Amino acid sequence: MQMSGAQMVCEAIIAEGVKTVFGYPGGAIMHVYDEIYKQNGFEHILNRHEQASVHAADGYARATGEVGVAMVTSGPGFTNAVTGLATAYMDSIPMVVISGQVPLSLIGTDGFQEIDAVGISRPCTKHNFLVRTLEELPRILKEAFYIARSGRPGPVLVDVPKDITVEIGEFSYPDSVNIPSYKPTYKGNNRQIEKAVEAIKSAKKPLLYIGGGVVLSNASDLVRELAEKTQIPAVETLMARGVMGSKNPLLLGMLGMHGNYASNMAMSETDLVISFGARFDDRVTGKLSEFAKYADIIHVDIDAANIGKLVDVDYPIVGDVTKVIEKMLPLLDDVNPDRYNAWREILKRYDDLHPQSYVDSDEVIKPQWAIERIGELVGEDAIITSDVGQHQMWAAQHYPFDRPRQWINSGGLGTMGFGFPAALGAKRAHPEKTVINITGDGSILMNMQELVTAAEYKIPVINLILNNHFLGMVRQWQTFFYEKRYSETDLSFQPNFKALAEACGGIGYDVSTKEEFDAAVKDAIEQDKVCFMNVQTNRFEDVLPMVPAGGALFNMMLPQKTESKKENS
Amino acid sequence: MPKILKERRVISVVVMNESSVLARVTALFAARGYNIASLTVAPIPNSDMSHITLETNGGVKVMEQITKQLHKLIPVYKVIEHEEMVEKEMVLIKFPIAENLSDIAALCAAYNGGIANVGKEMVIAQVADEPKRVRHFIEAAQRYNPCEIVRSGVVAIER
Ligand SMILES: Cc1ncc(C[n+]2csc(CCOP(=O)(O)OP(=O)(O)O)c2C)c(N)n1
Ligand SMILES: [Mg+2]
Repeated sequence: MQMSGAQMVCEAIIAEGVKTVFGYPGGAIMHVYDEIYKQNGFEHILNRHEQASVHAADGYARATGEVGVAMVTSGPGFTNAVTGLATAYMDSIPMVVISGQVPLSLIGTDGFQEIDAVGISRPCTKHNFLVRTLEELPRILKEAFYIARSGRPGPVLVDVPKDITVEIGEFSYPDSVNIPSYKPTYKGNNRQIEKAVEAIKSAKKPLLYIGGGVVLSNASDLVRELAEKTQIPAVETLMARGVMGSKNPLLLGMLGMHGNYASNMAMSETDLVISFGARFDDRVTGKLSEFAKYADIIHVDIDAANIGKLVDVDYPIVGDVTKVIEKMLPLLDDVNPDRYNAWREILKRYDDLHPQSYVDSDEVIKPQWAIERIGELVGEDAIITSDVGQHQMWAAQHYPFDRPRQWINSGGLGTMGFGFPAALGAKRAHPEKTVINITGDGSILMNMQELVTAAEYKIPVINLILNNHFLGMVRQWQTFFYEKRYSETDLSFQPNFKALAEACGGIGYDVSTKEEFDAAVKDAIEQDKVCFMNVQTNRFEDVLPMVPAGGALFNMMLPQKTESKKENS
Repeated sequence: MPKILKERRVISVVVMNESSVLARVTALFAARGYNIASLTVAPIPNSDMSHITLETNGGVKVMEQITKQLHKLIPVYKVIEHEEMVEKEMVLIKFPIAENLSDIAALCAAYNGGIANVGKEMVIAQVADEPKRVRHFIEAAQRYNPCEIVRSGVVAIER
């Protein structure tokens, strides 16, 4: 069929089954927007900032497992999108971003709104394309979606010069992709898998170390099955919250800098780390030379470059977690789960000694209380997104996540401003679910213009602002490591969050008591409008436990012990 | 701390012929602060691929990470960390015409090279040999007051 390059872009998006595109128009991408106007294969949501468009597409992808799509214009449109690309890149999120570019004849001339998009995005995309001819456009679009979702997923940029969007040519969307130089390994070497299983059977203190790759691979059920079958305890990374389920007795909790005592001690004492889709990030390992010092390591990862990057691995297995566990399970038929009884006992004692706890208050709302309360009120039904800071860590520690893709946060890049637009994407993907962005008084301002988007498109997400009048996480470090010099972290000067939400067509709640909290949450869920829930919390609460950066995992700063321990259910 | 051995390494990277592929390869080195000592690129005859030869320095772990990261690049088809290789490099040296031409010619001959061009004021010598021999040739050539030296970088092929 004959059509313009702009039409081809739309046809490809439709052919890929994408229902929602997030974006922002401008000169170089106008022909594509003209075609968007004419078609009805997908909806387009006009965010109020390109960064938000990319985060929204990212949230959509994280909530569904499908490729998210964002569209931006050249120059500033593209540069605004870069933080979104980098955020998705660090967490391996499948996404295609289509950017307009100045006409081919102007490339390299410092044309109006020209910027080298492929050059800038090279280190923060899985791959990128600058389209040079109309003939290659269909193939490039097909490859972009394929590359984004296959192997270790990631964002792909397609930069389309304006003249190519106008040009008319033959369109047939390829059914398959053949990139001879790109063949991801899914299967996992059988011999290695057998050896790893033997190691599991002869270990005394094995530990499942579960990372975000399990979520990406949709392998949660398999991981649970393996844990159940072997009765091996598990720790989750920040990105894997929800994989085991909060009620699972084998789950010790989250490990790492703000991991709980039992998880970090388990990692310090285990004799066999069984890592699925985790990448031994520095926020997880602490001091490397002390990390899992007594353990052999099984590392299952689809990305060979992750294996042996930071720690020496005894059983490297390059492959998709799903495929590898499918092979492991039958080999584990004769495993004796009682073998690990003593180990589980030790860990239980660790957890009894220092459970995930905090000191609650009757005077003021504690942030941890707010998160646990939200968990009680909406629990399994909700999707929780978050921004970056203390509130993010408390959410990861205290919310009862029960399924994968329920927890959406920027773990790798740690992007403040991610939570609200990501919530829009998640809500668009799952309109039936309550979507709550747990955020801070600092972070929420970094994409607050999305109030307008949410109001216009009636995307009723709840922004739970845990308001400590601080850039709290930075303030915490200043308290611990900079002798309380609170340099540029005091946010005493605040907007009127309630009025701000209302001015943009949303709802605002001011909350300072537990009663008000319950009432506001109840009301917000029933409303079909976006809201800001401004929750006053105490200012100087710290996220604990904490392993100081570069310290050994077992050297944790622990919370104060209390009579009436409030345990993390 | 274990001793980190920084050895000279030669890596071949076979890539799809695409405009930005060289930038992707070199950016990977730059982003990690690894040095590229020499670099050659040319298309592989009768194919849509090119052969990049890189000369670099690094310990075993660093090299492992480099080769894995190179392999991850979408247009990279194959990465060969050379062990048993035949490698050659070429050098062109420009001498003033006033130098002793027969001495220079004899020196070139000793390194399997020769005089490539003689002009009004300059003579240009060429040698293609193993990188170590090329280095020796350059050292020996110093006494004839070379005014310009251009090396090609290494090409290598596994034995
Ligand atoms: C875009 C961006 N800029 C700066 C930072 C550094 N940073 C990490 S946490 C934080 C404070 C966040 O404050 P707030 O959103 O109020 O959350 P709190 O820690 O108070 O819960 C800052 C500034 C970041 N992660 N992202
Ligand atoms: Mg704050």
